[in-house]
Amino acid sequence: MTVEIEDVVRRFGATAALEGVSLTLRAGEFVALLGPSGSGKTTLLRILAGLDFPDSGRVLIAGADMAQVPARRRGVGVVFQNYALFRHMTVFENVAFGLRVRPRRFRPGNADILRRVRELLDLVQIPELAQRYPDQVSGGQRQRVALARALAIEPQLLLLDEPFGALDALVRKDVRRWLRGLHDRLGITSLLITHDQEEAMELADRVAILERGRVVQFDTPSAVMTRPATPFVAGFLGDATRLEGQVAAGVLHVARLPRAPLRVALADGPATAFLRPRDVVVTPAGRDAGNGVIRHASAAPDAQMRCVVEVNGVQLDALATNGAGWMVRGAACQVTIRGALVFGAAGPGVMAEAEAAPAE
Amino acid sequence: MKAAVARPAFGRRRHPLPGLGLSLGLTLLWLGVIVLIPLAALAIKPWELGVQRLGLVLIDPRVLAALRLSFGAALLAALFSVPVGLLLAWTITRYRFPGRRVLDAIIDLPFALPTAVAGLSLTALFANNGWLGAPLAEWFGWQVAFRPAGVVVALIFVALPFVVRSVEPVLRDLRPDAEEAAATLGATRAQTVWRVVLPVLWPATITGFGLGFARAVGEYGSVIFIAGNMPMVSEIAPLIIVVKLEQFDYAAAAGIGLVMLVLSFLILFALNLWQRALRQGQA
Repeated sequence: MTVEIEDVVRRFGATAALEGVSLTLRAGEFVALLGPSGSGKTTLLRILAGLDFPDSGRVLIAGADMAQVPARRRGVGVVFQNYALFRHMTVFENVAFGLRVRPRRFRPGNADILRRVRELLDLVQIPELAQRYPDQVSGGQRQRVALARALAIEPQLLLLDEPFGALDALVRKDVRRWLRGLHDRLGITSLLITHDQEEAMELADRVAILERGRVVQFDTPSAVMTRPATPFVAGFLGDATRLEGQVAAGVLHVARLPRAPLRVALADGPATAFLRPRDVVVTPAGRDAGNGVIRHASAAPDAQMRCVVEVNGVQLDALATNGAGWMVRGAACQVTIRGALVFGAAGPGVMAEAEAAPAE
Repeated sequence: MKAAVARPAFGRRRHPLPGLGLSLGLTLLWLGVIVLIPLAALAIKPWELGVQRLGLVLIDPRVLAALRLSFGAALLAALFSVPVGLLLAWTITRYRFPGRRVLDAIIDLPFALPTAVAGLSLTALFANNGWLGAPLAEWFGWQVAFRPAGVVVALIFVALPFVVRSVEPVLRDLRPDAEEAAATLGATRAQTVWRVVLPVLWPATITGFGLGFARAVGEYGSVIFIAGNMPMVSEIAPLIIVVKLEQFDYAAAAGIGLVMLVLSFLILFALNLWQRALRQGQA
């Protein structure tokens, strides 16, 4: 089922939650809506679900305008942030709710409801919890109940509002893969709301990045990662360090940065550089004292070390493959900048990307 | 199957929340002095009459009629207070309108008003020449004052705030997300209220019902003005107790009091059990 969001604006008093958002979801697609808190993600989800209405703009689901369609007629499955389970009902009754409240003509019989709820509980792998109450099951199980309940109405569009927030890191990874598998099996369209970039990158076919009520980039995860459209996206994704500099004659000068300047294809003027951890090379200080000091170091997966180095008063995030032995707090080191992502400040929205090579 | 793990003796185990001994002691002392000792006296006093004479006092048709009226009217008043109280609580928690705070304060007035004052004004209102009594008598031929109906009206007056105040905090804390979830699942507003909101409110509603009922059974001041106190028709049990006291028949008065106590306790206990059953599964 396709979803078209056209220039949707929603204001609460003087503050605008959404300032002209346009997005198109293809049928069967898994899209993640990624943004910091307060960027309008949840407002957009509520508008899609019919729990809120835009001040202007249109929402079309499967080609039909939703302006006059209340939430209960949309047939959109929603998994709420805190699951919003019915605490006074058993897990079984929670899942059966969407079937029991159907108009009498479409309401399945009791035997049919029993069978379908069983199927759904099997699908989310918690058949043994049918007679428990929501307060008697764990966070991860509650999430599955919420999902089964949303799927009971056989939605073609599934909205997930930070569904992994309450899960611990270990469970989260498993559940994520399982959810993506489920999406593919059911052939539905899904929109995931999250502020967790890792989650968005792993799950989604395409990622929409929201900044203060606007979609600033909508692309595949790899495109968003390698070619961020704006300084905001570059800063939001990864652990890039933001530095202000100057471009003069095609060379970026950042004060106090070692082995700068970097060559960039940008017009002269002020520029913003993002140094991603892999752009910062850290080696042990040789015979000379080195140009930096390790401030923090912690082990990362795959025998890598994550560290923060300080160079001339600037702190940089770095990822090192060779750090295991010597990287301790306070150790002297040699820092080399391999490249950077640079945005010219020629005007708002003008994007210039430069994977600069070190200029010697 | 036998439990394999021996439990440490009560009081030996260290409790995460200190002060159990002190607080339990104070509770029991307080309960003993204020509640249990007077009640024990009430339980002992009637037997001075001897079983046979006590039995005669209690099966006196006038006493039975009064007990029936007291409990019947109190139950009716509490039952009536449930839907009205729910509606009032819903209105003051869910909507913002001018005068909401005033309405909120007015709900508590029956708590504070001397009940005799309430009784007098209700009587004036519902008497055959009163503002409400006259049209009711004229249009429907209903007479409220000086009839059992008057008793129910007076008891509703005292019972209603208990339902409102019991339900209100629960309603206030009820997050809208469960209702929104119900809407996305296809429920109409009525289905949502009936299946999602009301079940959450039931335990608090039962509490309010129980409190209102208990208060209504014991109500004296407002009822004696509006009831007319005709023996066998509109005479409540507390009034008979007062009458017996005035005749220095303390044992008979205590006997009727004991019956009221036992009946009230049984009803409140049953309500408690019901409430517990409803809360099942909810932490």
